[in-house]
Amino acid sequence: MEKFAPVKRSEDGQPVRYLIVDDSVFARKNLARMIESFGGQVIGEAGDGVTAISEYERLSPDIVLMDITMPQMEGIEAAEKIVRDHPGARIVMVSSVGYQENIVAALQRGARHFVQKPVKPEVLYEVIKYVMRDDGTSARGAGAGV
Amino acid sequence: MRMDLIQPFINSADAVLAQALESPVSIENLSMDENAYLRHGTAAEVCFKGEIEGRIIFDVDRGTGVQLASRLAGVAISEADDALVREAVCELANQIIGNAVTTLNDQGFHFHVLPPTLHTSEQGGKSSEDTEALVMCLSTSSGNVFMNVALRYLRRRTTERATAAG
Repeated sequence: MEKFAPVKRSEDGQPVRYLIVDDSVFARKNLARMIESFGGQVIGEAGDGVTAISEYERLSPDIVLMDITMPQMEGIEAAEKIVRDHPGARIVMVSSVGYQENIVAALQRGARHFVQKPVKPEVLYEVIKYVMRDDGTSARGAGAGV
Repeated sequence: MRMDLIQPFINSADAVLAQALESPVSIENLSMDENAYLRHGTAAEVCFKGEIEGRIIFDVDRGTGVQLASRLAGVAISEADDALVREAVCELANQIIGNAVTTLNDQGFHFHVLPPTLHTSEQGGKSSEDTEALVMCLSTSSGNVFMNVALRYLRRRTTERATAAG
């Protein structure tokens, strides 16, 4: 896989810490490989929205990569609950179903961005850089359609 | 057969498989299926509810499933690892169908997709006059991939209704 210039946290120069949420083991492995090529660190994984919320509380990741269609609790609902309790949470939705209604719903409920599967590393890389630059107030509702 | 419903699935299968396998994909065969669908190996089924109803079965034989799983995982998967093969088939089905559904929704067809489930029965339902069933065989570097698309269009889009009403 192509190597990218590492994306670091601006406050301390440390690697960006990720929580990956997807019910597919393959999707999680694939995203983890990409994150490694961005110089990031996967600190946790979850296979459904309920676990995503508890893992977010436990780990406080810098970015959450969140699938939409999952068992128990879908990704958009999980994102909404996380952002309600943690307004600074950076959540990027990653889904194969990328029609406008879905994207708008995700952004309205607090996601910062949307990436459609199959994920291209160069697209995810640009989104990560954009989201890590963002102060948490400007991107919502503006960044769909990558 | 409404090709405007079917075409997004053909395009999506072509694009997603070519990207996942990093090699060209070609359509070997495309035919209407009047008989009950016979499963080839490991198969995932995705169902739809809404203006479009029906199901799509994504199906590969055992050898192809192992190769697809190995490509997706980036390491060789053992033939004995059924769980990983099933997982790979479901993920590919999810991506192919999700991309096609995105196209159809953006064209104005509104319907909901249920998560993929394993299709374990030896055969699926027959097609009928109002449920279009199409079988396509895609040739990939990992082997043949079969998709059985059986859809029923329940409601015309707003624009078509307006046109019909004059």
